Amino acid sequence: MPTKPESSVSVEDAARAPLMEIRDLNVHYELRGSALARLVGGEGETVKAVDGVNLVLERGEVLGLVGESGSGKTTLGRALLGLVRPTSGHIGYGSHDLASLAQRQLRPLRRQLQMVFQDPHAALNPSMEVSTAVAHPLRIHGLVNSKAEGRSRAAEALERVGLSPAEQFLDKLPAELSGGQKQRAVIARAIICGPELLVADEPISMLDMSVRAKILELMLDLRADLDLTYVYITHDLATAKFFCDRVAIMYLGRIVEIGPTEEIFADPKHPYTQALLRAVPDLDPDRRVPRDLPRGEIPDAAAPPHGCSFHPRCPYAFEPCGWEARDLRAMFERRWLALGEDAYAKEGPLVGEIDEVDPNQELVRLRAGRHASELVSLLSEARADDPDEPLWRGVEGIEQDGGTVVVRFREGVDPALGSVNDIDVACHLHNPDLRPT
Amino acid sequence: MTEPVLSVRDLRVWYGTERGPVQAVDGVSFDLRPGETLGLVGESGCGKSTLGRGVLGLLPRAAKLAGEVNYHGRNLVTATPREVQRLRGPDLGLIFQEPLTRLNPLLRISQHFEETLRTHEPGLSKREIQHRSIEVLRAMGIPPTRYRAYPHEFSGGMRQRIMIAMALVLRPSFVVADEPTTALDVLVEAQIIGILADLRRNFDTSLLFITHNLGIVAEACDRVAVMYAGRIVEQGPVADVFARPQHPYTKELLRSTISLSTTGLHYIPGAPPDLVEPPSGCRFHPRCPSAMRVCPERFPEPVAVGPQTVECWLHGPSDLVPAGGSEPLAREEITVADEA
Repeated sequence: MPTKPESSVSVEDAARAPLMEIRDLNVHYELRGSALARLVGGEGETVKAVDGVNLVLERGEVLGLVGESGSGKTTLGRALLGLVRPTSGHIGYGSHDLASLAQRQLRPLRRQLQMVFQDPHAALNPSMEVSTAVAHPLRIHGLVNSKAEGRSRAAEALERVGLSPAEQFLDKLPAELSGGQKQRAVIARAIICGPELLVADEPISMLDMSVRAKILELMLDLRADLDLTYVYITHDLATAKFFCDRVAIMYLGRIVEIGPTEEIFADPKHPYTQALLRAVPDLDPDRRVPRDLPRGEIPDAAAPPHGCSFHPRCPYAFEPCGWEARDLRAMFERRWLALGEDAYAKEGPLVGEIDEVDPNQELVRLRAGRHASELVSLLSEARADDPDEPLWRGVEGIEQDGGTVVVRFREGVDPALGSVNDIDVACHLHNPDLRPT
Repeated sequence: MTEPVLSVRDLRVWYGTERGPVQAVDGVSFDLRPGETLGLVGESGCGKSTLGRGVLGLLPRAAKLAGEVNYHGRNLVTATPREVQRLRGPDLGLIFQEPLTRLNPLLRISQHFEETLRTHEPGLSKREIQHRSIEVLRAMGIPPTRYRAYPHEFSGGMRQRIMIAMALVLRPSFVVADEPTTALDVLVEAQIIGILADLRRNFDTSLLFITHNLGIVAEACDRVAVMYAGRIVEQGPVADVFARPQHPYTKELLRSTISLSTTGLHYIPGAPPDLVEPPSGCRFHPRCPSAMRVCPERFPEPVAVGPQTVECWLHGPSDLVPAGGSEPLAREEITVADEA
């Protein structure tokens, strides 16, 4: 049984220059609301799929990009290969900056930078024989002179990924292969040009449990034999723990925690990482997934929360985390969820249309007319009912101003990555200037 | 012991294909008691979804169903489609894998509930409909402020909660949940599993929980049935099956699962079989590390081992094993050609 290999970033390797250096990388997508807005060219919303990422990729390491859907992990992985054009930032690779290179100049570099896709059924052309598909990169890059040469190189690559004897597979169509065999063929195609870097985007998540380990083992073998560097994109913390030397935890386009796998899994620093680890269902029926997990889901990327993106879900959120009007609405929703229909019928009209409150405001005006004082007392009642709710730590004051009630929040600060031992974490709890005493 | 809500006996389902009939479910029996959650696990193509649909009579026309699905003294396999149709909803519920494709984007959530309740309980007043819907949504964690919202205004996890609420608002006694968390993120998955685990306490509903994730079974189920190539090869209480798996497939599957405590890789050689031409005898024998001579010869009988029921010749019955049958099976080399 193969066991987890020792981390390959040894002392001698440390002297080598990193493979890639990513600085302030942004990938933004513009959303335009309607056809009219597109014509007029008004300000559309922006989705920051990758939002200011800094990363150094060492030679020979396996870096995991771990996050839930919408975290930007796939976009970041694709940006490393120039498959997604960054809005700004640098991707240093050798003497090149992949972020600003034109497609023509990028193309020859792709020999060294390859990708393994999530769905092997979709990554292979159904009407292309395996030999043609696997040899395709060689033809594109003009590395072979004849079809026969391509075929023999494809046979070598298939043998290399365990599809042997290769003669049995060369003339098959993808439909004649099982899921695991297809993924091997996809990997064969990725290594045929002799790459340095493989970006593997959920390479085993579409495969059956009983064969997943086989593909992971193949990837570990290839790394040792071909001196590869991997970026392993996944939402599965268990395989990331086994497979990666370092992991970067992503949330809404940002890296919120990055460090050596062992240390992050032994002692996660970010509340989000802590929650993810506690939420993984375990094979031991005696161990229960705790019920006090963060509420809600990843918020809308087009309107990310103020301050720390995780603060609306964070059980430890405190004053500087970025409290805003939307959090007040969420608090009332949770209150009515707990108290039921009657409380909602009574209090709903008083609070009014909090749906229409602007996001990202550190001050909310609730129009209550002659019921303003009732609304103030409702707010203090809500606070008394659930004093441990983190929102109240962020409320600076509640004042009545004629027919309006003004709720003032403390100023939010955007957390930056800072080091705690070997781990970099973006959380105010680890910032000595802000941390509560 | 209480009477089972649902009792399935020797259920078989065939599909017609160009290459011949596929025996997707091949003689499956199990019982489900009130408030109990039975996890049905297996790899893709083992027939677990077909079994879930077959129990509810929701198979495509090309499928053929035989055997017994006994529900309150009625065999749903022989009942008329009309009778089964009347049971679906108030008695038998289904929670799908992809919640977005199951909600009508043009209707408000309130309208979904109104339609459901008016169809199945025509006597309810508008006020009662709203009260019952909001209460069941609340139990699923959807605040009353969102009752009149449209499906696109909800996140994936909220939509799945709404789907569960819509199945439960009719108070069915039996629900099939087909991979209800597969498309969801790990934190949301944990929330949904929590909700489903609370079902038995709050609604007394029996649940057939179909999943490929053994961790979820350990988390949310009372009993587990492990399927391989159309058969349930092992079933029993979750704690017993996970602590002392008796079928070699269960053992190997548990070992192959990569969890946070995994320190070494393990996998089952070969690939799940083609069900048009399944292997003879025990279907797992070509991949089984403990295969014996009898295994390809005869179909194994269900045998009770402690609280578990196992279909494997390792557990006998020994009087049915022919002379020399328990000798190890000469291994044909599994070539990579057959590997996954």
